[in-house]
Amino acid sequence: MSFLELQNITKIYPNGTKAVNETSLNIENGEFIVFVGPSGCGKSTLLRMIAGLEDITNGEISLDGNIINKIDPSERDVAMVFQNYALYPHMSVFNNMAYGLKNRGISKEEINNKVNDVAKLLEIDQLLTRKPSMLSGGQRQRVAMGRAIVRNPKIFLFDEPLSNLDAKLRNQMRLEIKRLQRQMGVTSIFVTHDQTEAMTLGDRIVVINNGVVEQVGTPKEIYSKPNTKFVAEFIGSPQMNLFNCKIENGIAHIADRKINLNNSTNIDDASLGIRPDDILISDNGQHTCVANLVEYLGSDMIIYSKIGDQEFSCKLSSKINLNAGDTFKFDISTTLVHLFDNTTGLRV
Amino acid sequence: MKFKPLEILTHIILILGVLLMVLPIWFSFATSTHDNVSIMTEGMKFFLGESFTYNYNEVLNEKGGWSEEVTAARMFVNSFIMALGIATLKVVISAMSAYALVYFRFKLAVPIFWLIFITLLVPLEVRIFPSYKIVSDLGLTNTYTGLILPLVASATATFFFRQFYKTIPDELLESAKLDGANSWRFFIDFLLPLSKTMLAAMFIFMFVYGYSQYLWPLIMTTDEKYWTVVMGMKIIFTENYEGVALPRTGERFAYIILSMLPPVLVVVILQRWFIKGLIQTEK
Repeated sequence: MSFLELQNITKIYPNGTKAVNETSLNIENGEFIVFVGPSGCGKSTLLRMIAGLEDITNGEISLDGNIINKIDPSERDVAMVFQNYALYPHMSVFNNMAYGLKNRGISKEEINNKVNDVAKLLEIDQLLTRKPSMLSGGQRQRVAMGRAIVRNPKIFLFDEPLSNLDAKLRNQMRLEIKRLQRQMGVTSIFVTHDQTEAMTLGDRIVVINNGVVEQVGTPKEIYSKPNTKFVAEFIGSPQMNLFNCKIENGIAHIADRKINLNNSTNIDDASLGIRPDDILISDNGQHTCVANLVEYLGSDMIIYSKIGDQEFSCKLSSKINLNAGDTFKFDISTTLVHLFDNTTGLRV
Repeated sequence: MKFKPLEILTHIILILGVLLMVLPIWFSFATSTHDNVSIMTEGMKFFLGESFTYNYNEVLNEKGGWSEEVTAARMFVNSFIMALGIATLKVVISAMSAYALVYFRFKLAVPIFWLIFITLLVPLEVRIFPSYKIVSDLGLTNTYTGLILPLVASATATFFFRQFYKTIPDELLESAKLDGANSWRFFIDFLLPLSKTMLAAMFIFMFVYGYSQYLWPLIMTTDEKYWTVVMGMKIIFTENYEGVALPRTGERFAYIILSMLPPVLVVVILQRWFIKGLIQTEK
């Protein structure tokens, strides 16, 4: 039995909206799981159900062997870091961190020790007497983390905790969260809509769309073998190119081009996907296209072009000299191609 | 620095306004320090006189009323108890009922709120006879409970607390829940400290409201021991002096000045707290 088990979880709001539909998931002790998906996909709802902040319409959640559906959030032994931190504005940093411990009836001395230890770990020990209004965004973030850590819960839940920080601080905190999680080995669930966060943080990633789990897997699995067309489009930047095509006997027809896939599939309505950096540009490539637009990004550049009326992009080193309006030649390797059936959205 | 004509004009208007507010109080105070003969012969005074100690001593300690047993000091105590009771209970009850209305999602919360709100249209003066009937049936006439109880519910305060609670982000409640706070703890540890500015403001308003009640104590009390300051103003130092005696204007002015002190003190003391709360932006 897994540490945290979700079985056929469904959430229907009183107004009839189905936020989460028949979701099952097993999470092992010590794992770092990331829920990723577009906004409104139900990832936060799922997290809040684990925390006990939302009722579960159907299904069962068990934590460490106990079913926790009906258990009060305060008894579940989970800690959550909120998007806007939800620090207690009228309490000092020390009291913010100590509050949960006080409610558990822990002795003053022990509270002092614990809070001071965690404050040192997070380098906020200088701020303990301050009020949250006197802290910067990054410091608030640390206090919110500290408040969760100090309770030593069974699970950490992070609800988009980095989205209020500026880009530089976000990267820094991301690394720090990862480091702390490794160090303490506490099972963590991190909700985000940012795929970079998802890819870098997660031991495993859960891609959610429209209240349904699209794929569960390691970042590598998700990136290199997306199960559905949605995952293929959602993960990876720039986005994967998807060409609508008809496949006859292993040959994909995209507009007037033919790409031999070296197999014998037949699909009337398919999508052929290839990542922008998997398009191999070479002087003796099979296909020729015109670069409509070139985006220079420093070390890389992105070329936008068209096959028939379908746009695509390729990412290549900016050392290659190519300008808008130039023609370029490229190959598509069959091993790097992803095929999806458009009627089901599933990988073929 | 030179003032523009408009600025001079606005300042004149403002100064006139201040004088209009302050002068009557000053006249009352100055007059209260003169003896009755000079007031009778010379009218209201602008400068201080010499009877300050005598007048104020008389006011506080002379036994008056028909029974000649009640002193003004006693009335001050009564008024203070009544105003304190009303203000405290009003604030506590409204804060708690607003808490119930905002945080406990029961079915009729909105209709109940509007019902409470509608009672603003029915002040005590409108329902004074039914109120009296109930209080007297309960045997509470001539008691502090009877003075305070019918006035302890406040739709205004409930409304303000409700609006304030609604601005508190849900995450705070959720975070507190995960930290193991039950509903009672959330109220005590979060809502009350967060709304202390509001509590102070409401307390000030409600204290002044309770202190200035006239009609209710007048109807409620037959025993002079329960008279309040505002009632006393009408009655005290007017009786017992038929015929040749001089009207005791000096004492009466002293009484008026004294009667203004408790509300002023409450405002002055709580205002500090109130303003401190406004300066510290805690959100």
